[in-house]
Formats: sequence, structure tokens, C-alpha cells
Amino acid sequence: MEFLDEFPEMGRKDLRELKKGIDASFREFSRANGDGIEAFFEPLMHFMVWLEKLMLATPWPIMILIFGLLAWWGSRSIWLALGTVASFLVIGYFGMWEDTMATVAIISVATLVCIGVGIPLGILMSRSDRMQAAITPILDIMQTIPSFVYLIPIIMLLGIGKVPGLLAVCVYAIPPIVRLTNLGIRLVDKEVLEAADAFGASSRQKLFDVQIPLALPNIFAGVNQTIMMALAMVVIASMIGVKGLGVPVLRAISNQYLALGLMNGLAIVALAIIFDRVSQQYGKRLQKHREGGHGV
Amino acid sequence: MSDIKVSIKNLYKIFGSNPKSMVQHVENGCSKADLLANHKHVLGLNNVNINIPARQIQVIMGLSGSGKSTLIRHFNRLIEPTAGQVLVDGEDVLSMSEDQLRDFRRNKMSMVFQKFALLPHRTVIDNVSFGLKIKGLPVEEQHERAQKWIDRVGLTGFEQNYPAQLSGGMQQRVGLARALATDADILLMDEAFSALDPLIRNDMQDILLKLQDELHKTIIFITHDLDEALRIGDNIVILRDGAVIQQGAPQEIVLDPADDYVRDFIKDINRARVLNVESVMEEGTSDSGLSFASTTTLEEALPAMAAANVTSANVEQDGTVIGMVTLNDMIGGIARPARHEGEGVTYR
Repeated sequence: MEFLDEFPEMGRKDLRELKKGIDASFREFSRANGDGIEAFFEPLMHFMVWLEKLMLATPWPIMILIFGLLAWWGSRSIWLALGTVASFLVIGYFGMWEDTMATVAIISVATLVCIGVGIPLGILMSRSDRMQAAITPILDIMQTIPSFVYLIPIIMLLGIGKVPGLLAVCVYAIPPIVRLTNLGIRLVDKEVLEAADAFGASSRQKLFDVQIPLALPNIFAGVNQTIMMALAMVVIASMIGVKGLGVPVLRAISNQYLALGLMNGLAIVALAIIFDRVSQQYGKRLQKHREGGHGV
Repeated sequence: MSDIKVSIKNLYKIFGSNPKSMVQHVENGCSKADLLANHKHVLGLNNVNINIPARQIQVIMGLSGSGKSTLIRHFNRLIEPTAGQVLVDGEDVLSMSEDQLRDFRRNKMSMVFQKFALLPHRTVIDNVSFGLKIKGLPVEEQHERAQKWIDRVGLTGFEQNYPAQLSGGMQQRVGLARALATDADILLMDEAFSALDPLIRNDMQDILLKLQDELHKTIIFITHDLDEALRIGDNIVILRDGAVIQQGAPQEIVLDPADDYVRDFIKDINRARVLNVESVMEEGTSDSGLSFASTTTLEEALPAMAAANVTSANVEQDGTVIGMVTLNDMIGGIARPARHEGEGVTYR
């Protein structure tokens, strides 16, 4: 019973030809379109370079002051602001200032890109069940496929550098904001929507006056998740040429430098905690009006 | 009688996969239960015909599941009927284009909801301005007009509060002010006071009646509470299983219930408070020297007669005597009508 013992797999030669064919056609595609795609992303790269240079050119005490003020503005918590200042002082003292600025720059740009693309996509998804059925599996793939796998086509297309790194971060970080925007809008109270209809609201008015404001807590949870996932990609992004805290971590792995890895790793953790707490507090502050003795 | 503002003609609503084809079955007398059992469709409204006079309060009442909330959503076409017509000022709402319908909802008809349906992220004044904002009025005018209605419903001083900071009764005042602010002549109220405590509900009914005394809007009011219906309604329609069982003035319904369903409905009400002397009067004049205006309720008239120690009195309208009432008439009016033997009514 040879049939049962051996899986009836494709011929070795055919399989090789198939893989070769896919590789060749993608190489063809990237040769033909690589420059165009790169040109498309060029403004993004310029923005990222400009932001990083700006942060490095600004004297460090001013940068730390700005970070402290931003933390206070977001959270209205003096302790969080002081903690932010202290963290950046320690980071600078241990010689990680430049790498940290590079990481903050890429995380900021990646978050902006994710918000700019993710929220409209989430709105689109909330408007039709068919759209939701089409996009959900794509988001599932983006979240579960090993990052190294999609790094391959990105490198083939765009080579090594900031833009492919940014794309890799965005692919991984965008699903939560899309999902939570969609969910938030779908969870908006049906009665309130009916009231908007009864007063003759157009679908545009319903979207901006009712659906988005009421979905904001969920949308904001999505922004928070997106920031966290972008930070988680820092090390992997550094493998394809993104500067930042990931580079020394990679060096530490290959050379077994425990202290170097630990310090840079902890700096990433510090950034994550600051971003997380500040954005959460800000999101909570947006919800102040929900407090009171009576639920709505 | 006054002119007709809203008219519902042969309205059917059937829920299911192929509602249009079911209309024929219902027209042939298929009941709600049979339609569900044999055709897997739910009968929402069954051949409803109502003429609603202008500038009065029309109450539509029934138990839950009787189709009243479905019916009210047909007036402004939040629900599309399966068959039939909805005419407002002679214009067919169902033939309106999307733009016309939006305009109609912005200007002609506004709505108050059972669960308030306020915007939790907007202050009271911004909630009241909602309909005006939708219409696209400038902000100053929105707020000026909203402020007027906030004052009228007694919420002055709460303009900058959020709905979650207000009690249920106050939230519904916001809902009422929001509906009034658009200056629509027709007001739809979907169990607007049902979620409130009895005392607050009374307050809200007072506010509504007081406003109506001045505004004379056409109000379509849905309720399951007969006391409320009798108190505020100029006309009442009673629905059961999506069909109209009886319509008429409160007095008529109390004195002459159409069937045992209605009889059960009215059996626990305070009849003396609903009935007036005109509805139980007979021909002739009384020489007791006592007379009542025709709208005096029995509850008011009886103690007056006892105090004067008389057994009959005249009934007057605009100063002229139109008939008389005797104690016997009045006791007969208050007595609960007997149920017909052997006819059991079950409600689901």
C-alpha cells in the first residue's frame, strides 16, 4: 500500500519549478515597479528623516521638557510627567539618547500612518457586512503571519532602509485600529442612530456627529494597541536597516552582550509604558462626560 | 370635526423573507398565529386605517407586541410598510425620494423616544440643538432657539450638563425640548414617559398638556398605560395583534368597549375620573338648582351633588342647558360593564 504510506506529493521538480516561477515573476514585478513604489513612499521617508533630525538637533534638555509637557498634557498627571522626564534622563545617561530618538521618530510616524489608513478602513468596514467579511481575513493574516515572511517581499521591492522598515511595522501594527474602529461604530446605540434618522440626519452627519464620537473610546483603545504593537516591532525592523534601539539589541544577541541587550530592552519597555499610560489617560479624559449618577 | 393631518390607509407590515406575497393571505383572514405557524412570517400591522385630526393628541395604545411601536415608525418612515399609504397633509410619505424624506423629517415631524436616545457626548444645549444643527442653522441661532425650549421645559441652569448627570425625568425633558426645537407641527412620542417613575410621569404629562394648550401641535402618542391614554388623549386607538380594535374619544371607549379585550383593559381604571356628566346625561331639565359644565367629571360632580343634597342636576354648555344627570345615571356610568358569559380572552 504505497499510496497510504507515502503522501502523494507533487513531483520534486514541479515544485521547484513552481517556486522558481513565483520568485521570478515577483522579481520581475519588483524590477518593473520598485522605483515607482519607492517614489510613492518618498515623502514619508523625508518626513521621518526630518523628524529624527529635528529631535536630534534640538538640545536634549528642551526635548526632555517637551516630552514631560506632552505627558502632562495627555494625562494631566504630574507623576506621569515626572516619571517620563526621569526615564529619558536615565536613558540619556546610559548613552542611548540617539537610538531612542530614532525609535520615537519611527513609532510616531508609523502610528500616524496607521491612524490615517486604519480609521477610514475601519469606517468602510463598519458600513457593510460584505466589506467586513472581506477585510477581516486579511487582518487575521497580517497579525498571524510571521513577520520574517513578509519582510522578504518588502525587501525585494524596496531594499533595505527606513521605508521598508516602516512598512513592516505598519503591516503588523495596523490591524487593531481597523478592528476597533469597525467594532466601535457597530456598537453605537441603535436608538441614538434611530433618533438621528428621525431628525433627518444625512449619512455624513450621522457618521461625524454620532457614530465617530460615540465610537471614540474604542477607536482610542485601537490607537493605544497600535502604538504598543509598533514598539514590539522595533527589533525586527532594525534587521532591515531601521536605526534605533533595536540595532544594539540585535548586536547583543549575536555577541551575547547581556548588559547591552538588557539596557536597550529596558529602554524600549520604558517607552512602551510611557506611551501606554499617557494615551490611556488621554482616552479616559475624553470620556469624562460619561461620569455621573445615571447611565445613558 | 377638525381637519385631518395624518391619515393611514390600509397599512400592512409583515416581517419575514417574502412579506409582499403574504399580504394576500392576511387579507383573506389569516390570523397572526396562523401566518407564523403556516408561512413563517410575523404579522406586524394588519390593515390599519387611522385618520388623525390636526392640533390634537392622538393616543395609540396596546400591550407589548401589539404593533404600536412598529406603527409609529411608519409615520416618518423609519420602517417601510409592506403595503398601504401614509398621508401627511395629503402628501404620500412613501413616495418621497430620499432627499424629500430627509427634508420632511427635519421640518415636519419630530420624535421623542422611550429611552431618550440623547447624545451622551453632548451637553444639554447641544442635544436640544441637534435637530437645528442637522438643518444647518448657524450656531448662534441654534443656541438661541434651543435656550428658549430649555427654559420652557424647566431645565434652565442645566445647559452645560451632560445627559449622564441628569435624572431620567430631566433627560426626557431634554428629549422633549429637542423635538420641539425643530418647530415641526407633528410630534411623535414613542412610549415617551413609560421609562419614568409614576410621579415624574405625571409631571411630564402636565408639562406636555400645558405646552399643548399653547402650541396646538398634532401629537401622536404611543403608550401601554391606559390611565395615561385617558388623561392626555383627545382620541384613542386601541391595537391588538397589529389590528385596530377600537378608536374614539376616551369617553366612548370607557362607556362602550368594543370587545372583551378592551373591556379587560378598562376594568381597573377610575371611571369617575374619566367620564364627564355629558357622557351619562339624559334629556330633560332638573329643578334642583344645581348645574355643571358638560366637561365636569363624575368625580367632581358627585361630591357637589351630595353637598347640595340633591339627586339630579342640569348639564350646561356655553351657558345653555343641554340635558340633565341623575344619581342613577352617574352610578350606572361608574359601574363596571359585565363581561359576556363564556367568552374568554387570552393575551400573549
